[in-house]
Amino acid sequence: MTISSDLASHTADTSLGTDPALEPVAGRSPTQLAMARFRKDKLSMAAFVVVAVYLLLGILAPFGVKFGILDPFSFHSSAKYLDIESGSIPKGFMGGISWSHPLGLEPGTGRDVASRLVYGVTFSLTIALSATIVAVSIGTVLGIVSGFVGGYVDAAIGRLTDLTLSFPQTLMLLALSGLAVAMIVQAGVPAGNVAQALFVILVLGLFGWPPIARIVRGQVLSIREREFIEAAKLMGAPRRRMYFKEVLPNLWAPLLVYFTLTMPAYISAEAALAYLQVSVKPPTPTLGNILTDSISYSSADFFFFFTPAFLIAVIVVSFNLVGDGLRDALDPRGAR
Amino acid sequence: MDEPTLTTTPADGPPANGGATSSSGSTSTSGSAAPHRTATVPHGEPILEVDELQMYFPVKSSGIIRRTVGHVQAVDGVSFQVPAGGALGLVGESGCGKSTTGRLITRLLTPTAGAIRFEGQDIARLSPRELKPVRREIQMIFQDPYTSLNPRHTVGSIVGAPLEIHKVVPRNKVLPRVQELLEIVGLNPEHYNRYPNEFSGGQRQRIGIARALTLQPKLLVADEPVSALDVSIQAQVINLLQDLQREFDISFLFIAHDLAVVRHFCPEVAVMYLGKLVEIADRDTLYNHPHHPYTQALLSAVPDVKQAAIGGRRDRIRLEGDVPSPINPPSGCRFRTRCPLAQEICAKVEPPLLQIGPHHKVACHFAGEVGQHPTTPISASVLGVDEQGNQKPEAASTSELGSQPGFSDTWVDVHGHRGGSGATRSS
Ligand SMILES: Nc1ncnc2c1ncn2[C@@H]1O[C@H](COP(=O)(O)OP(=O)(O)OP(=O)(O)O)[C@@H](O)[C@H]1O
Ligand code: SF4
Ligand SMILES: [Mg+2]
Repeated sequence: MTISSDLASHTADTSLGTDPALEPVAGRSPTQLAMARFRKDKLSMAAFVVVAVYLLLGILAPFGVKFGILDPFSFHSSAKYLDIESGSIPKGFMGGISWSHPLGLEPGTGRDVASRLVYGVTFSLTIALSATIVAVSIGTVLGIVSGFVGGYVDAAIGRLTDLTLSFPQTLMLLALSGLAVAMIVQAGVPAGNVAQALFVILVLGLFGWPPIARIVRGQVLSIREREFIEAAKLMGAPRRRMYFKEVLPNLWAPLLVYFTLTMPAYISAEAALAYLQVSVKPPTPTLGNILTDSISYSSADFFFFFTPAFLIAVIVVSFNLVGDGLRDALDPRGAR
Repeated sequence: MDEPTLTTTPADGPPANGGATSSSGSTSTSGSAAPHRTATVPHGEPILEVDELQMYFPVKSSGIIRRTVGHVQAVDGVSFQVPAGGALGLVGESGCGKSTTGRLITRLLTPTAGAIRFEGQDIARLSPRELKPVRREIQMIFQDPYTSLNPRHTVGSIVGAPLEIHKVVPRNKVLPRVQELLEIVGLNPEHYNRYPNEFSGGQRQRIGIARALTLQPKLLVADEPVSALDVSIQAQVINLLQDLQREFDISFLFIAHDLAVVRHFCPEVAVMYLGKLVEIADRDTLYNHPHHPYTQALLSAVPDVKQAAIGGRRDRIRLEGDVPSPINPPSGCRFRTRCPLAQEICAKVEPPLLQIGPHHKVACHFAGEVGQHPTTPISASVLGVDEQGNQKPEAASTSELGSQPGFSDTWVDVHGHRGGSGATRSS
């Protein structure tokens, strides 16, 4: 036999050196393509700008308070500002709008509404962000382990997920909030609003992970079958490396989407908890507790009621639009 | 070794002392078995010996209580050897268990039975911890260059990962080593910072090869390393593998689904069908004198340059029907549902993998060259059955037949048998 097989006939004698014919193919990565798709989506881009403005306000507000630009705490309760005789409603146009108080004053106390709202954004976003991080982290780790290990571990985590989902959390929250906050304080957290905020974060985070765990698990089931996982096993990669270096980086797209969709849910959840008196309490402002306080003035001082409600609605809708836009951009086949 | 053929392949490892020649003179009793043509296969110590390897995947019922309702017999009693510095080709249709065999050898799977002896050590049941040192010696090249590289890692971290995991070089030496490896496989060493999606299929496969080389393995399992690539690129990648084999003295198990690809690379080829080896021989014998009807059918699909040159054309043997399910394979010979030669005995008795030449084993009751298949089963007397496959009462148990991985110095002379006197076991 001669080596004149059909393969040999194609064979230019390649030596071990660099092959000049092999230049990298120019091409945009999937991420670049997704970002291009997102930028083309006008509504999502507008929503993204709104979200960015909120985040910026939230970040800058503490500095504004520190340097006296914002004043969310001083009372203006004298008769000069408030109509003491008829329930301390602020005097003047639409709840006391003026140059120094662009959104008017708070009925009863006369605190500056604009300052309180901006500073409230800081606290609301901090609480929502922390809770989201807790939920996404727990969901991600449990989802990866569940999908990757399979078998009994998967079954056990699955049952835990079901159990958590079926837990009557709102009820427990109300019934046990006093006890839980006391426990948090006992664990060394300063009593008062810090403990209260931590309670809200933990409750939202510890009950919020199941949907994330499910999504991540589903993704991991398909990632696990790809050959680079086998290649990593062949190298003798330890488990931690498998989970966090091989699998996790391939999950950022669904995690980003889920993150942006969980944030607004927790912003409104904070508002609901504030209404039930289990969130951070005044004088520390959150969008939720400002709204709660304003409800009783909805007819007497409508503008005061309107502004926090409007701000909450805008951020919640914007975050959701960004999340949807990201989902469409990252998964063009539209997995809904 | 009295007629050195044209084809001493450069890829053959160092000639082992005496191994290649020991069998040619001493054995075959009748001169008709053409004993001389196979002397070019090196037979040194095997680096890998697979013995009666078996992988049955359980099939579970759906529902809450998932009972095992059957087994996928993906690999069922496969035995072969890979000589040190050599290359064995493993060929078969899709779904016949080639990848499963490769995954067992690399211990991505644990076999349900059988032994995998690597340098004499049985690695079939080692725990993950015990496997770690072995992992450095046995590496794999994957079929799909698009899913075998993590899209979120740079080329540098893909190729360098084994070094980090096994801590073989200090951290600051990883990058120089990675660049050296990239250069070896023909890639620009400055591209270590790029992501896989910036490379073409052939280049990606080179990255996969560099990763497999990182730990300087002794055995590479190449699972259809070129079947996802363009034909022109296939040749480049195969040449690269051949260069590497020569340079670093690596042994190969080269998996492919057609015989054309391995012909260039492997001095020895095994053909698999539905979880079993049906024929294994040195290259010349297998391509020029195949004895199993399945091998003959596969070969008839391969364009043959020599025959095209003299104007002739191999008659295409078409295989009827589909490959049966490995969950419920046919009784007796697994190929019988598609075999043009099948007889009664084929359904009753499984043909043993009989050695019929110095480097030739075949599992067929009617093994013979195309058009010259015997009319009576060659294996009947060896198995102790009559020509219809019914057990003769006086016959001894012959379950050991054909199960040992290597070739022995004695074989069954099927060509002398054609007179009808029954197979003789020469000694
Ligand atoms: N993990 C598994 N569980 C159950 N069955 C499996 C598993 N892996 C493989 N099989 C089955 O085992 C048989 C052999 O599969 P294998 O992948 O080894 O075939 P192959 O020869 O490599 O085919 P291909 O050429 O398509 O790669 C197939 O029937 C396949 O469905
Ligand atoms: S044993 Fe029978 S069925 Fe099997 S290949 Fe040989 S002739 Fe065909
Ligand atoms: Mg395969």
